Amino acid sequence: MARIDLDLAHSYKPNPQQDSDYALLPLKMTFEDGGAYALLGPSGCGKTSLLNIISGLVRPSQGTVAFDGVVMNDKTPQQRNIAQVFQFPVIYDTMTVAENLAFPLRNRGVSADRIKLRVGKIAEMLELSGQLDVRAAGLAADAKQKISLGRGLVREDVSAVLFDEPLTVIDPHLKWQLRRKLKQIHHELKLTLVYVTHDQVEALTFADQVVVMTRGRAVQIGSASDLFERPQHTFVGHFIGSPGMNFLPAQRSGSGLQVAGCPVAATGPLPAASGALRLGIRPEYITLAAPGAPGAVPALVTQAQDIGTYWLVTAQVGTGGAATTVRARLNPEAAVPAAGQTVWLAVLGSHTCFYANELLVSATSPIPEVSA
Amino acid sequence: MKPVNQKAWFLILPVILCVAFSAILPLMTVVNYSVQDIISPERRVFVGTEWFKAVMRDDDLQGALLRQISFSLAVLAVEIPLGIALALTMPAKGWQSSAVLVTIAISLLIPWNVVGTIWQIFGRADIGLMGATLAALGIEYSYTGNATQAWLTVLLMDVWHWTPLVALLCFAGLRAIPDAYYQAASIDGASKLAVFRYIQLPKLRGVLVIAVLLRFMDSFMIYTEPFVLTGGGPGNATTFLSQYLTQKAVGQFDLGPAAAFSLIYFLIILALSFVLYNWMQRVGTADKAAETGHA
Repeated sequence: MARIDLDLAHSYKPNPQQDSDYALLPLKMTFEDGGAYALLGPSGCGKTSLLNIISGLVRPSQGTVAFDGVVMNDKTPQQRNIAQVFQFPVIYDTMTVAENLAFPLRNRGVSADRIKLRVGKIAEMLELSGQLDVRAAGLAADAKQKISLGRGLVREDVSAVLFDEPLTVIDPHLKWQLRRKLKQIHHELKLTLVYVTHDQVEALTFADQVVVMTRGRAVQIGSASDLFERPQHTFVGHFIGSPGMNFLPAQRSGSGLQVAGCPVAATGPLPAASGALRLGIRPEYITLAAPGAPGAVPALVTQAQDIGTYWLVTAQVGTGGAATTVRARLNPEAAVPAAGQTVWLAVLGSHTCFYANELLVSATSPIPEVSA
Repeated sequence: MKPVNQKAWFLILPVILCVAFSAILPLMTVVNYSVQDIISPERRVFVGTEWFKAVMRDDDLQGALLRQISFSLAVLAVEIPLGIALALTMPAKGWQSSAVLVTIAISLLIPWNVVGTIWQIFGRADIGLMGATLAALGIEYSYTGNATQAWLTVLLMDVWHWTPLVALLCFAGLRAIPDAYYQAASIDGASKLAVFRYIQLPKLRGVLVIAVLLRFMDSFMIYTEPFVLTGGGPGNATTFLSQYLTQKAVGQFDLGPAAAFSLIYFLIILALSFVLYNWMQRVGTADKAAETGHA
């Protein structure tokens, strides 16, 4: 087990000139010993590159990877003592399930008794005990992936276990079960776990700390509530939440604001920035307001959908070129506006964030500032 | 009963005609020869299985068969491991890879009788590079005088000629293994030997079946290269089955025994390939059956 410090950048090209040449832009972060982390981002954002750099399959083109303060750049995955589970199951065809699970231990000269004990324990955790003597090649994809997971978890002394979208091939109902298993294993073994995924639910349920990445940049590191309440970057607002955060063009005017061309009276402190701003508010925090109420904008409802536990109302704020679509999750007990109706939506409240150049400049949310 | 649609016969009729014209009829001619004693085109006598019995008792044939089997086994024993080893050391990408692929394929592009001629000159003690080098080293070497050396030279020639084929097949097989396997092995701390034993060799099984079959059948039918190099000598040290057959049919014009032996030869190759194929497939399908059974 180890604390992992990253201070690096990586490009697969020999002479990177501009940002787009980099798979990973310069970043600096620390994975604490025993923590559960998720790297979250869309495909191609650099999360797998980052994982392979940690494990030693890829050498960073700049900067360092350090485990417990020791620079590991030139060390092989074996020397780093890393376990890694890949997106698609990798099994050794000619071996049985038990032999597959024992393989990482056997290669390191662990005694036969010890191997038997560990394999038995891991097989039990993953519910593979009944199939230990079966040829691994003959199993279904999810059982094969469980074997891959097992091989990643079978060693107790690893620096960290890295997961690269390990549940892609697993059926949805098994996904929950396996994710819970992983969480449980994390509690039992206190291993450092790093989990790559593009699924926000997976990341937020699995990890204590989520690293949100886009285009080779780690835009925010934080807990689920940090990412939800106070996105440091508009991308995080978009990417986290379902639907994502609403963004409205805004500008200071006098003591109030212009939001999508509509004057709005302030309800609290506003950002000092005088340039173009974007107002961000989660659909969950938008409420209906009385016409002309401070902090509210008029909006034309275009659609209202019943999503079971709430109504999803889509509305247009502003007109012409400044018109912006806003989505609100409304409580079904309140009177729900119908399409074509004009309503007033409160967008300035205790959960409103302001962005300039995609970055958070000020928030009215009560959560204290969290350093990224 | 379900009515049977006979229309399909019209569709396969052209194929049947072509195959009959090019394969079945000539084969039947051979069958015809094998059961008759042809004295002249007008005078022929039905002799039943006499030629078959005579051929089976022939010492020369038994010698050639034994020589042939040991030669084919030696070819497999050398070319398959050597081909795998070559494929493992070939560069996987970049211009080096292309360069090596082209270089290694050269011997496959040379006509077979030219291969024989190349080795004939290569092995000569007076002007050949290998022969002269061996002579300079004080080793007495002559593929025309020494039976063992002649046999080894033919083997070496076949290895030189055909190992690249095995190497190319294995190279293609190796490239088809996803990177994730190597990455997982590296994470699992597998040694190079373990990677070979548990990843590369099992994944190469498919191409190895093809390589073994091709090399077995080809080497079992070898004719041109030893014919050019040694002409079957010295004595009959390098007279393999096809050469024995040619001597009988074209040399001595014993059409009956030659035809009888042709059929036996054909059946031997067919039977051995069938056994070999099934045996190698069973190793493979044991996994496949289990896979589909559980999935």
